[in-house]
Amino acid sequence: MYALQVWIGALLTLMIFSFLYKDNPFYKFAEHLFVGVSAAYWMVVGVWGTMVPNMLAKIHPPLVRNILPALANAEPEYHYIIPCIFGILLLTRLINPIAWLSRWALAFIIGYTAGVRFSRYLQSDFVGQIKSTLIPIVAVNDSGFSIGMTFSHVVLIVGVVCGLIYFFFSKEHKGAFGAASRVGIYILMVTFGASFGYTVMARISLLIGRMSFLGEWIGMILGWFS
Amino acid sequence: MRRRIPIIITFVVGTALILAMFIPHAPFSSLDENLSVYFDIIAVFAFILGGGNLIRVHLVKIQRKKVDWPYSIVCIAGFLFMLIIGFFKVGGPPGLRGDFLAEGSWFRFMFEAVFNPLQATMFSLLAFFVASAAYRAFRAKTKEATILLISAFIILVGRTPIGHYFTFWLPKQLEFLHIPTLANWIMGWPNTAGQRAIMIGIALGVIATSLRIILGIERPYLGAEK
Amino acid sequence: MSVVQKLGNVDRRIIFLLIALAVIIPLVFNISFMEHPTPIVQVIFDKIESLPEGSKVLLPFDYGPSTAPELEPMATAVTRHCCKKNHKMYIMALWPTGQAQALRIIENVIEEEFPDKVYGTDYVHLGYKAGGYGLINTILADLKKMYTTDAPGTHIDDIAMMSDIQNLRDFAFICNFSAGFPGLKEWVQFAGDPGDIPVAGGTTAVSAPLLYPYYPRQMLGMMGGLKGAAEYEAALVHQYPEYEFVYQRAIAIMGPQAIAHLVIIIFIIIGNITFFIEKKRQKKIG
Repeated sequence: MYALQVWIGALLTLMIFSFLYKDNPFYKFAEHLFVGVSAAYWMVVGVWGTMVPNMLAKIHPPLVRNILPALANAEPEYHYIIPCIFGILLLTRLINPIAWLSRWALAFIIGYTAGVRFSRYLQSDFVGQIKSTLIPIVAVNDSGFSIGMTFSHVVLIVGVVCGLIYFFFSKEHKGAFGAASRVGIYILMVTFGASFGYTVMARISLLIGRMSFLGEWIGMILGWFS
Repeated sequence: MRRRIPIIITFVVGTALILAMFIPHAPFSSLDENLSVYFDIIAVFAFILGGGNLIRVHLVKIQRKKVDWPYSIVCIAGFLFMLIIGFFKVGGPPGLRGDFLAEGSWFRFMFEAVFNPLQATMFSLLAFFVASAAYRAFRAKTKEATILLISAFIILVGRTPIGHYFTFWLPKQLEFLHIPTLANWIMGWPNTAGQRAIMIGIALGVIATSLRIILGIERPYLGAEK
Repeated sequence: MSVVQKLGNVDRRIIFLLIALAVIIPLVFNISFMEHPTPIVQVIFDKIESLPEGSKVLLPFDYGPSTAPELEPMATAVTRHCCKKNHKMYIMALWPTGQAQALRIIENVIEEEFPDKVYGTDYVHLGYKAGGYGLINTILADLKKMYTTDAPGTHIDDIAMMSDIQNLRDFAFICNFSAGFPGLKEWVQFAGDPGDIPVAGGTTAVSAPLLYPYYPRQMLGMMGGLKGAAEYEAALVHQYPEYEFVYQRAIAIMGPQAIAHLVIIIFIIIGNITFFIEKKRQKKIG
């Protein structure tokens, strides 16, 4: 079975890689197969992982007697009908005449997201980040004044402030404000360069992973002949 | 009613969650928990909606014999096959009990043989396009682009073992110019400064947008319908 | 057409071929290098190493096959480390594909290398639940509200190691393996900060630069991409020399990684040289 798995995987991998030469029927076949299989995977995992134990088993526990017997004797919790109703409302999006009902479910999703992100972004990404920027400008370690750490701290504090100044568009970037904005751009360019370097690293890692897998497949073929 | 009820839902849910942050006691704490559970369950219906929409789009494509319509059959066939073997846990422990990803199940086999290599290879294609884009488009046309390039070079070299061999010969006083040291410094200080400025800016945007959504000023879920 | 013009207009398929060769040749010849952990990775290793034996460690698997080459090596190394230290491992997933990825680690690391580990006592696979940050928000308050069974279907109250777990605050450490959204950022925002729980983890190299602002106050440490994985493996080998002869995937792959990076740098340099020569030529004509 493992050999069959590797063979199917290798053939599909080569079909996708064939796109690098040019678009072709093999690539299109693999691409469409991927779309269908992944959509079904998400549905199956979602239903078995969450819908059955966390909704059906809560509303009517005997319903899952032959699926999750461990949950069949629990007390029903009828308030779980609320997400069930909202979920069905969401599905009405597929039926054009009553698609407007899905807005109620979307409103819940968006209201929840807005409410929960308001507090989390305020704490972690705003107050938390300001707190992390309030570091000593003059850095001292065990052996006294540290010029390296001081320089780093200054870069951080000045970088954050100038970067924020660059994004402030309510005032014209002239004079001292403009100079600070220019420093901000340079800091951001270093940031984007670092991001580019890391992005290249990530993509190459993924390619190495696939080549490694194809190497395993070729090794399997050579193993059959030796 | 079509527009008013979703706005009310968003307001009630969003406000309840913000209040729960400031009043972490009953009934707000249990409201926060329950709303979170409802959100988790409704998320599964979103997967089902995605699957349903996929079927609808591809069935229309087949019916109207649009470009590449035969591949839509591949998509739907893959979707239905994966769905059936997943929902009925074919090949796994008898009946519907047990893990749908159990060793020996068809769903697990399809994940390892089809889904896994297809998704991995799709993303590994990006390595080639990143290389091509770097060759054709990455030009040091301006000061800012040059800074970006230099930063990217230091990261690309410094975050691999080869970086050590470029500058290992530097004397102790110039150790800070050792490429891996420079790469780590860039990530820890200028990159952090730039990313922090961006993060604070995004946080302010999220906080403002969340408030606007909760208060009904922005209604993305209502669409364009009057 | 001059050489410079030809270089500037080279068919992209030649570039694709060169990149493929840059990856294949070092893989064939097994080129690899020594690795040394940086402080941002070492701190994660030190945390797991310093936790008392039997500490509860939550390992969320938030990635899929597309990012497994970067994240599976670090997940393997961290799981191995937790097993060596006899920590109790609670495995879960915010991504649907994470559940299957976690199974691979359980089968290839825990069951294969540590057959004495008992399911339900030393490790448990809680599986995937939908909701992303909503799920984290739920389990911060009450874990058993969402996790009523483990992944295979055993009632949560019948699992010995779940008896004293009420919510996320009962964990000594959360070490997340994340490929994007939801992931390490959400664990910091929704668990680490509000719950005051030590959070660290590994992430893809694409996401790593974005998470540096959280280090070190809100995020203990981070393994960024394959390099981060290689550094953790190096730290593990340094502490436990018996792993020196066990195949360390990330360290092995760093060789092809380094060569490919050099090739990309050469591409950029050649591209810029041709650009500036062409620009000078156009100026002379104009």
